Amino acid sequence: MTKTIAEINEKISRGQAVVVTAEEVIDLVKKKGAAKAAQEVDVVTTGTFGPMCSSGAYFNLGHSKPRIKIGGGQAYLNDVPAYTGIAAVDIFLGATAMPEDDPRNRIHPGDFNYGGGHVIEELVAGKDVRLVATAYGTDCYPRRKIETLINLKSINEAVLFNMRNAYQNYNVAVNLGDRTIYTYMGVLKPHMGNATYSTAGQLSPLFNDPLYKTIGIGTRIFLGGGIGYVAWHGTQHNPGALRNEKGVPKRGAGTLAVIGDLKQMKPRYLVGTSFIGYGCTMTVGIGVPIPILSEEILLHTTVTDEEILAPIVDYSEAYPQRKPDVLGEVSYAQLRSGKIKVQDKEVPTASLSSYSRAVEIASTLKEWIKKGQFTLTQPVALLPGVESGIKLKGLEERPINKV
Amino acid sequence: MIVARKIVLRFPPRLVEQPIIYRLVKDYDLQFNILKASVTPNEEGILVLELSGKKKDYDEAVRFITNAGVEVQALVKDVSRLEDRCTHCGACVTMCPVGALVVDTQTKRVDFLNTKCIACGLCIKPCPVRAMEVRL
Repeated sequence: MTKTIAEINEKISRGQAVVVTAEEVIDLVKKKGAAKAAQEVDVVTTGTFGPMCSSGAYFNLGHSKPRIKIGGGQAYLNDVPAYTGIAAVDIFLGATAMPEDDPRNRIHPGDFNYGGGHVIEELVAGKDVRLVATAYGTDCYPRRKIETLINLKSINEAVLFNMRNAYQNYNVAVNLGDRTIYTYMGVLKPHMGNATYSTAGQLSPLFNDPLYKTIGIGTRIFLGGGIGYVAWHGTQHNPGALRNEKGVPKRGAGTLAVIGDLKQMKPRYLVGTSFIGYGCTMTVGIGVPIPILSEEILLHTTVTDEEILAPIVDYSEAYPQRKPDVLGEVSYAQLRSGKIKVQDKEVPTASLSSYSRAVEIASTLKEWIKKGQFTLTQPVALLPGVESGIKLKGLEERPINKV
Repeated sequence: MIVARKIVLRFPPRLVEQPIIYRLVKDYDLQFNILKASVTPNEEGILVLELSGKKKDYDEAVRFITNAGVEVQALVKDVSRLEDRCTHCGACVTMCPVGALVVDTQTKRVDFLNTKCIACGLCIKPCPVRAMEVRL
């Protein structure tokens, strides 16, 4: 049994496509068997909603009268600096950028109440944002300073462009040290007082297509409450990570770079986020549809939290010192039970990504497809897989010889 | 002048097994009333107390416990959750010392049990979207 994306799209346009979420497909295949289910099901929808730092947006602000060349100058949105090293009125705002006068960790742990992710959330919510920019002035762009309100309606383009999202698996963080530490995995209490993790597990996009058989460049997705596309593989994409016999990674592995028009997104799925003592970021909602082209592809979507293992890593020493040490492996089912056992100690667990909102995203995408509002795309190229030989590199320092 | 204050004490693991509260009585002549305690050996301890005594003794006692490494903060009046802001991620559940924030295993949403909350405020800043609000 094989299907094509064109055939599935035809069923979607007739309003007859059979669509289930990555949660629902598990019981369905148990009940009906894989062969029958693969015939019936056209699309499995996935979802994830977690903090994703390599996110941001670029904007074309439009030209003021007289003109200003912000490119090469400085630009701030609500005091948060944006990148200007591009053309005159294009800027890029990163999720982790923060106002220059934010005290950071000067009094540890810092609050990090407001940054680029918060600006993006406010823009998506339709709010006005203060643009302040300075430039050096040229014959064709004489202006040196501009201060104005802008909003998503007033500017030309506003494009969410996230270089690394939807990590396929991630560390479980603990703290073996004797003081509380403040990390991007949240507040970690000493002597393994808690453990934190951050994926949607069995609902997460790349866990449902672990070998990247369907997701590739050009895959249309749910992004931030609107429609987006997979632009490329994400940074740090590491297909060669340790995997189980079904190809499910046991370590951080694949990632996605995604893009989409910010103007049609919703603040519910792009949320400014603060990690005490660490920094600002943005929580991003993503859902990827998996076309059920074959029984093999369907079987991959039946992955359960029981089967997915994650490595437990000490963030007091091993992580900061880039030591490869792993304290053990636990399943997402164990993590979701509220406690895990690490080195004979019972450790309470907490999630940084919202499973309930991941369910909401997968269900929303399912409804869009069932109603014929969202069709699938044939990727123009698949993501690099295990065979690509891509390996994650560290930064090995070399002395700079001064002449 | 006599003062009576409700405070939250956070003990680092190394202090959990030391008789610090005893010193408050013996050396500073304070009265204490334990409102809530959560102490496990080798872990952080949380103690919510009402301390009363002479203002001078109270100030000196707070200085003593702070110097000993105990974090002291005033008990806030009320903690509430901004329901529109909460994403139900669950980052708060291991911060709460009394189990007032728990994940519902069915819905996977975080329940905020108002009646259990002691308003210690420990959930406020660890919340990544700052959905927990404190009223002083």
